[in-house]
Amino acid sequence: MRDKRMTADEAVAGIKDGMTVGIGGWGSRRKPMALVQAILRTDLKDLEVVTYGGPDVGLLCAAGKVRRLVYGFVSLDTIPYDPWFKRVREAGGIEVLELDEGMFQAGLRAAGHRLPFLPIRAGLGSDVLKYAPGIKTVRSPYDDGEELVAMPALKLDVALVHLNRADRHGNAQYLGPDPYFDDLFCLAADRRYVSCERIVETFDGPPQTLLLNRMMVDGVVEAPGGAGFTSCVPDYPRDEKLQREYAEAAADLEKWPDFYERLLG
Amino acid sequence: MSDITRAEICVTACADLFLGAGETLASPMGLIPSLGAKLARLTTEPDLLLSDGEAFLLTPGSTVEGWLPYRKVFDVVAHGRRHVVMGANQVDRFGNQNISAIGDHARPTRQLLGFRGAPGNTINHRTSYWVPRHSPRVLVEAVDVVSGVGYDHAVGPFHDVHRVVTNLAVLGFDTPDHSMRILSVHPGVSIDEVQKQTSFPLVADDVAETRLPTDEELDLIRTVLDPDGKRDKEVPA
Repeated sequence: MRDKRMTADEAVAGIKDGMTVGIGGWGSRRKPMALVQAILRTDLKDLEVVTYGGPDVGLLCAAGKVRRLVYGFVSLDTIPYDPWFKRVREAGGIEVLELDEGMFQAGLRAAGHRLPFLPIRAGLGSDVLKYAPGIKTVRSPYDDGEELVAMPALKLDVALVHLNRADRHGNAQYLGPDPYFDDLFCLAADRRYVSCERIVETFDGPPQTLLLNRMMVDGVVEAPGGAGFTSCVPDYPRDEKLQREYAEAAADLEKWPDFYERLLG
Repeated sequence: MSDITRAEICVTACADLFLGAGETLASPMGLIPSLGAKLARLTTEPDLLLSDGEAFLLTPGSTVEGWLPYRKVFDVVAHGRRHVVMGANQVDRFGNQNISAIGDHARPTRQLLGFRGAPGNTINHRTSYWVPRHSPRVLVEAVDVVSGVGYDHAVGPFHDVHRVVTNLAVLGFDTPDHSMRILSVHPGVSIDEVQKQTSFPLVADDVAETRLPTDEELDLIRTVLDPDGKRDKEVPA
């Protein structure tokens, strides 16, 4: 079996300007921050970032990497708003596709299933469709004739996710209570990179915790602490102190350069 | 019991949102709605299901009785056995809610959270709103961005915006054109005050006074659910 171990820098080396990059986790939870930071160290630009957004969005926006953002929300959970996301949005600095959270999942599923779209009720009547005129509705071909949103596939060039454990072949395991949508991100992407707290020879715990199998993964990065200050339970909770420092620095352009330099080490 | 606070009245008003809900997932956002949902479960609605806001369903004694990661929450949303109580940066006359952005969405004057699950919630199952500071800036004539779908945008078979509970009143939409009406004002609040804090005319033809918590409810709120009195920070006396 193939050994897919690599460094974070090697994992992001194949990303090109303008590519669509899906980022796993949820809000400020189990974000692949080591991989995001590897992107920050590159000259990449004009990325389309697809994410249930947390500090990954703020950092990539701060570094000017984002051309277009696809999201259901951006939040740091214990801090409602990400200051960098607010700043670039209020400056009109990025294109956005803002979706309902369920539409976002339907889009990932459609991509993973190689379907052009999946029907969903979410979005009907709301302004999601007003700001996303490219998203069409479809009428049920059955007797009910109901009109539904035809959520288009959210196809990704690259998926970046962080799990608790992985083996060198790309099988990977979450040990916290929520898988989030990391498997769907991998299925929706052409190239899939998982960072993990620890690479293991064999897995402990129930087999249902093995979220990713090696068909779904192209590269494995051992990155202890790789979720940064976001939570990666049971290995560690969110580092609320560091997150507060992030949010305070992000809200103050004079403080930001020092914090950013320290974060990137 | 004496010295009942406004926060406690808001908690029981939120508990009453779930009357008749039965085996339904209650998804309260924010402290007061959470206390309300827990109170309902301990009193009138013992069959209610409550999530910890992460991936577990918990009993009142904090025993895990179920697993509900976000992807399964979306299943419940689509399935419909859920009553969400969301916050609202803006809510309007017909029950549209905005948590996305203030101003022009292309370049907001204030970026908020984003649509989150509001479009899907409101089109799939019962939705109520909690407004801790009832003011003309929150209760607006028309929201800047429709995140949660109100009655003038409603489509499909499952739209059901139920109530808006605020620090001043309980409001509903059972009027001929589904425009907002005052169901009850909290004790000590006048209809005029509620109207003054609202940017559009409210229907106010049959207004009751919001009920007081019972002794049993007060005891549960004060000794079991919120012994540290966090509720009084969300809604000052």
